[in-house]
Amino acid sequence: MKLSDIVNKLSLDVKTYKDGLQHAVTGAYVSDLLSDVMANSKEGHIWITLQAHINIVAVASMKDLAGIIIIGGRQVPEEVLKKADEEEITVMTTPLSAFEIAGRLYQLLT
Amino acid sequence: MSLNIKETIDGSFQLVGADFTHAGEASTQLKQKLAELGVPDGIVRRVAIATFEAEMNAIIYAAAGWLHYCITPQSITIQVVDMGPGIENIELAMQEGYSTAPDWAREMGWGAGMGLPNMKRNSDIFKIDSVVGEGTTVEMIINFP
Ligand SMILES: Nc1ncnc2c1ncn2[C@@H]1O[C@H](COP(=O)(O)OP(=O)(O)OP(=O)(O)O)[C@@H](O)[C@H]1O
Ligand SMILES: [Mg+2]
Repeated sequence: MKLSDIVNKLSLDVKTYKDGLQHAVTGAYVSDLLSDVMANSKEGHIWITLQAHINIVAVASMKDLAGIIIIGGRQVPEEVLKKADEEEITVMTTPLSAFEIAGRLYQLLT
Repeated sequence: MSLNIKETIDGSFQLVGADFTHAGEASTQLKQKLAELGVPDGIVRRVAIATFEAEMNAIIYAAAGWLHYCITPQSITIQVVDMGPGIENIELAMQEGYSTAPDWAREMGWGAGMGLPNMKRNSDIFKIDSVVGEGTTVEMIINFP
């Protein structure tokens, strides 16, 4: 499924790199531990997390993730948005919890 | 794309302790370079994981360090040298889940105790050397097909 379809169906707020919406999504991974994401996420996954600091951009870029969904309506600092645009990482936000957004995404992707 | 490495390519990046704004830039640039050289995606990603974890440890635990790389037609060698506190018990540090990460790093989601195991798992050869009070050196070699 294309990232743009997921964004529409889950009403995600796209904060950075809109060109990335064309990417195909292969799955998702939910974690707030960065080395866990480095170990267990896969190329093309969406990463669901509450972390909104600058290092999440590098993690997503290292692992060729399709994008990051930041949960719980958290504010994303300006420097993170700038970095994400530079590194071509699509950052999205949702007011929903990790449980709710992961559940909905699971239904879309399986 | 086939491997386009004719001669040895090497270089270094300086790492600054606690500089989270620039953390990951060395690994990002190295990843880009390997992709340009035609290294297959799967191998590029293994290098990226191993390099990034080593870079982050230097930034979290040490005041300063260096990342050196050497690319040949056969393999890449990455060496991360830091002037940090060193590791007292390397065997313990290598165990998945063991971490002494400070609270501020844990709040950022570091400190799962998975970094060193990630480096080892993604390297063909992994060596770690450490002297308490002087620093730590991690050397990783990843072979090309
Ligand atoms: N460069 C280093 N200098 C000093 N101590 C280190 C260094 N690298 C690792 N260590 C020690 O080894 C432990 C385990 O490191 P490892 O990278 O596996 O996990 P972590 O950094 O604690 O958490 P994670 O990498 O999962 O975020 C660290 O908590 C620290 O005590
Ligand atoms: Mg670590």
